[in-house]
Amino acid sequence: MAAKIKEESWELRLYVAGNTPRSITALNNLKKYCEEHLKGRYKIEVIDLLVQPQLAAGDQILAVPTLVRKVPEPIRKIIGDLSNEEKVLVGLNIRPVSI
Amino acid sequence: MATIKKKTTHNKITTLRKLPTGISGLDEITGGGFPEGRPTLICGGPGCGKTLMSLEFIVRGALEYNEPGVFMAFEEKSEELAMNVASLGFDLPKMQKDKKISIDYVHIERSEIEETGEYNLEGLFIRLGHAIDSIGAKRVVLDTIENLFSGLSNTNVLRAELRRLFQWLKDKGVTAIITGEKGEGTLTRQGLEEYVSDCVILLEHKVVNQIGTRVLRVVKYRGTTHGTNEYPFLIDEDGISVLPVTSLLLNHEVSTERVSTGIPSLDDMVGGLGFYRGSSILVSGTAGTGKTSMAAYFADATCKRNEKCVYFAFEESPQQIIRNMKSINIDLEAHIKKGLLEFYASRPTLYGLEMHLVAIHKMIKKFKPKTVILDPITNLITVGSVSEVKSMLVRLIDFLQAEQITVIFTALTLNNIVNEQTDEGVSSLVDAWILVRDIEHNGERNRGLYLMKSRGMKHSNQVREFVITDRGLDLVDVYLGPNGVLTGSAREEQQLMEEAGSVLHTHALGRKDKEIARKRTVLEAKIASLQEEFESVQDELNKSYVEEDLRKEVMTKNRKQLTDSRHNKDAKPLPRVENNNRKKKK
Repeated sequence: MAAKIKEESWELRLYVAGNTPRSITALNNLKKYCEEHLKGRYKIEVIDLLVQPQLAAGDQILAVPTLVRKVPEPIRKIIGDLSNEEKVLVGLNIRPVSI
Repeated sequence: MATIKKKTTHNKITTLRKLPTGISGLDEITGGGFPEGRPTLICGGPGCGKTLMSLEFIVRGALEYNEPGVFMAFEEKSEELAMNVASLGFDLPKMQKDKKISIDYVHIERSEIEETGEYNLEGLFIRLGHAIDSIGAKRVVLDTIENLFSGLSNTNVLRAELRRLFQWLKDKGVTAIITGEKGEGTLTRQGLEEYVSDCVILLEHKVVNQIGTRVLRVVKYRGTTHGTNEYPFLIDEDGISVLPVTSLLLNHEVSTERVSTGIPSLDDMVGGLGFYRGSSILVSGTAGTGKTSMAAYFADATCKRNEKCVYFAFEESPQQIIRNMKSINIDLEAHIKKGLLEFYASRPTLYGLEMHLVAIHKMIKKFKPKTVILDPITNLITVGSVSEVKSMLVRLIDFLQAEQITVIFTALTLNNIVNEQTDEGVSSLVDAWILVRDIEHNGERNRGLYLMKSRGMKHSNQVREFVITDRGLDLVDVYLGPNGVLTGSAREEQQLMEEAGSVLHTHALGRKDKEIARKRTVLEAKIASLQEEFESVQDELNKSYVEEDLRKEVMTKNRKQLTDSRHNKDAKPLPRVENNNRKKKK
């Protein structure tokens, strides 16, 4: 199982609305987790809905910030500032390497 | 609370502006529509028409008032919505293409969403804002926003965000509808009415006696007057129609024009002119007394005047009525072909009373008849209580009188009813009441027609016998004799007897006349013979008179001669004259 996950690449998309403290916190948290667990296998795309509001409907965005895992399937969404590491990892289905 | 305070001060400056919904009847109840630029809450249980009503608000706004609208659906996908309303003739995909409406489906799936840390619903705001701006929307629907609560667990955030959303919608100046599912003891499950306090409309689906009726009530409408009752509404192929039940006042125009009933002898009972146009006429009677026939006559008379008529049949099918009426020489089919007569047949149990009323309204508005026939109203009682039927009929009569439509009700009365009230107690509402009653006498049943009342015109107080023949209906004066009221064959017998009596009478008279004539001839003959006699006597007398005169003359002559001869002593003619004198002396 662990080997399989390692082979996959991760496409993550973070939706934010403007440069708010909350979105900055979310982006920082995300970067931190990815560096820890998915080093070299991930891609983060940040979309500011204030700039591109038409993209909100595509991924069914309601709340901001929202993190969407596009790849691997299935699509998962995590909303909030991603302050709880464990919840984020469970949500993204990432098994911590520290074990 | 701050927002509410702001609103009240706003109200003082300008009166509330209303945005017409375009839903028939709803604008009348709300006095012009929903509050412009404010959110309105439509709440109700499942299947009561919240989504349809809000969608119709958007569609009508786009089509009729040129106000584009955004429909944000939390429950159904836009394709599903389009399919659901396609039957109403709303082409959503085309309208979306024309940028008249925008449908945004918001999908919330709890299993896909993980919550961690703080968030807000800015994403929703941005989506909505984008949709509004892209088509310049004036109307917004959020259907059903409560679904957010099932998808997201942090209710504190949600509540705060909803409050912000409604304020944001107000700031945007859009007229919004928010739908909400009815909760236990509250109008909505999540207490949305807390946030939307300007206008709250409650929809309900009631089932009474196994008959479902959808009703609408304006629970609250700040800053304006509105109808407060429960108004039934109908969802059919034209969308939603709400019926303002008691908004009508008693101030309609009246006509002095009279219209014939089609039965000349019945017209005669009310002065030969018939009833007033726009009046309501009740024909009641026991079973088989010819109520439907009378109604059909009226329909026939209306169509013959080239006026339209709608026949609401609650008992028989149109084909049945047409066939039956042919037997009394009325051809209704010809009127149907000409487009003057329309039948509307439905079982009373098809839907509730109010629905019938709505259906009747719709039919009348569409067909614009001059005469309406309801046959019979008694059957409506199967779907409602007496008071409900009465209140329905009151509203119907009000509506019809306002439209100047003459209406005929037929009602079945039961034999055992002592007072002559009809079942529905509508006799006090109608302008004219014709009662047909069975008169049992001499082993047969006959129909007696009474004109119980006829407002505003003189009418006969006499009972007429109501006869139905192959040639049609007619009223015959009943025979009021020493043995009481006679009808049917008893009346005919009496009439025959009278006829025979009169023949005998004339015969007897004739004989007497002849005798007198004969006597006169005899007398005249006698007079003639007496006259003859008299004349002969008179002749005789005359003869002797003439002789006497002659003699007198001759004597005078002779005497003169004699005297002359004495004086002249001329004796020659004397002896002859003496002779004459002698003769006379003899």
